[in-house]
Amino acid sequence: MTPSSAPRIVVTGIGATTPLGGTAPETWEGLLAGRNGARPIEADWVAQYDLPVTFAAQLVVPPSEVLTKVETRRLDPSSQYAVIAAREAWQDAGTPEVEPERLAVAIGSGIGGVWTLIDQWENLRVKGPRRVYPLAVPMLMPNGPAAAVSLDLGARAGAHTPVSACSSGAEAMGLGVQMLREGRADVVVCGGTEAAIHPLPIAGFAAMHALSTRNDDPTHASRPYDVDRDGFVLGEGSAVIVIETEEHAKARGATIYAVLAGVGVTSDAYHITSPEPGGAGASRAMVAALETAGLAPTDISHINAHATSTSVGDIAEAKAIKRAFGDATAGIPISATKSMTGHLLGAAGSLEAVFSILAVRDHVAPATTNVETVDPEMELDVVLREPRKLGDGDVAVLNNSFGFGGHNVALVFTTP
Amino acid sequence: MAQSEQEILEGLAEIVNEETGIETDSVELDKSFTDDLDIDSLSMMTIVVNAEEKFSVRIPDDEVKNLKTVRDAVTFIHTAQG
Repeated sequence: MTPSSAPRIVVTGIGATTPLGGTAPETWEGLLAGRNGARPIEADWVAQYDLPVTFAAQLVVPPSEVLTKVETRRLDPSSQYAVIAAREAWQDAGTPEVEPERLAVAIGSGIGGVWTLIDQWENLRVKGPRRVYPLAVPMLMPNGPAAAVSLDLGARAGAHTPVSACSSGAEAMGLGVQMLREGRADVVVCGGTEAAIHPLPIAGFAAMHALSTRNDDPTHASRPYDVDRDGFVLGEGSAVIVIETEEHAKARGATIYAVLAGVGVTSDAYHITSPEPGGAGASRAMVAALETAGLAPTDISHINAHATSTSVGDIAEAKAIKRAFGDATAGIPISATKSMTGHLLGAAGSLEAVFSILAVRDHVAPATTNVETVDPEMELDVVLREPRKLGDGDVAVLNNSFGFGGHNVALVFTTP
Repeated sequence: MAQSEQEILEGLAEIVNEETGIETDSVELDKSFTDDLDIDSLSMMTIVVNAEEKFSVRIPDDEVKNLKTVRDAVTFIHTAQG
């Protein structure tokens, strides 16, 4: 489908629960203020397992303060976060009146219900099979969050779970666009969720030297593009948006944040964890996103980068950006918001999509914090320390998300 | 140690509330678990297992289908405690 004939897809609602705030507006405010979500993990298991990393970017508002006791009992934390973010997005969209059969859900996750899986394994091991919670399987299954949101909102046009590690949340939004363009739904609630601040993923990521070990200084640990970056900071949370065709949104008088104008999805087929060093796959995703948006590289006003603060990943993405944008690269302010939020894995892409949507609305590129010396190899215009105004004209923001497995997703959001 | 039927009722009501959110006051002897309290089979299994632990009794799977009302459950537990 060519950009001209495809219906325009617009964003009409946003929601999030993150290490910077319990809602999307609070998170955005925290981001623009340069706050940092990382803090020491206050759980016995950090010492019990002698974990090499003792901090993470943790939710500000515990789900138990928002959900009922029964909801927290019956939903894995990854589903709890998704339900909280989806309810906020739904309210924010004005609780659209839509036939249940025309409302779809796509909520991705990188890791799934790891807490339930291992807690219930412990129950089995210590107390026997009779003490395994009867809801163990529906709680731990990867589609649990999508199913919970679908049940909560009464969405019957399909509930999907794209799983592509740290690009899951962005891929869910891409799937949402596809569903709307294929006419499968009128409204899609889409995003990502992750609740993996658990000793096993921490030990696993640490074993592969992917995590920052700056245990004595958590708030300065995530430093994308800095010469002294030493790995990412694990985060948690969820971000969800409501999208619909422009026609549908206008017919119901909805407030439109931005147009979800472009989607590019590719895979590297290069290595299970390392990005293709020349950035070919990531670059193809960005080019595809520009093409579907009908935009040229010079039209992009800002890039919200994937940039996780790992040594290899940040460089590979910088190369991919230069490959996709060529000479236009120098004029594009680039932000790595993981410097403040940490890396929300399967929710990262959706949270950064929310930041891109708000960058369009507010004409501002958030800062990249914690950078003392930009790695000279980057050759990018990194927005340092303070947010930067993007001018009064139309804004187009590209958001990158990449995942273990060689997944690349780029989204483009533009002024309505 | 054997408990009174009233103590068992109160303990059972707490378990039901914990699992389903139903107010403890609504868990009355004549109420049916499925028809009145709208408790599904998965929740019922959890309530049974938690009751076994709380009251130190064993409730065989075959017996669960006979526990139609709150009174059935209280009586069974009371008898099983001896």
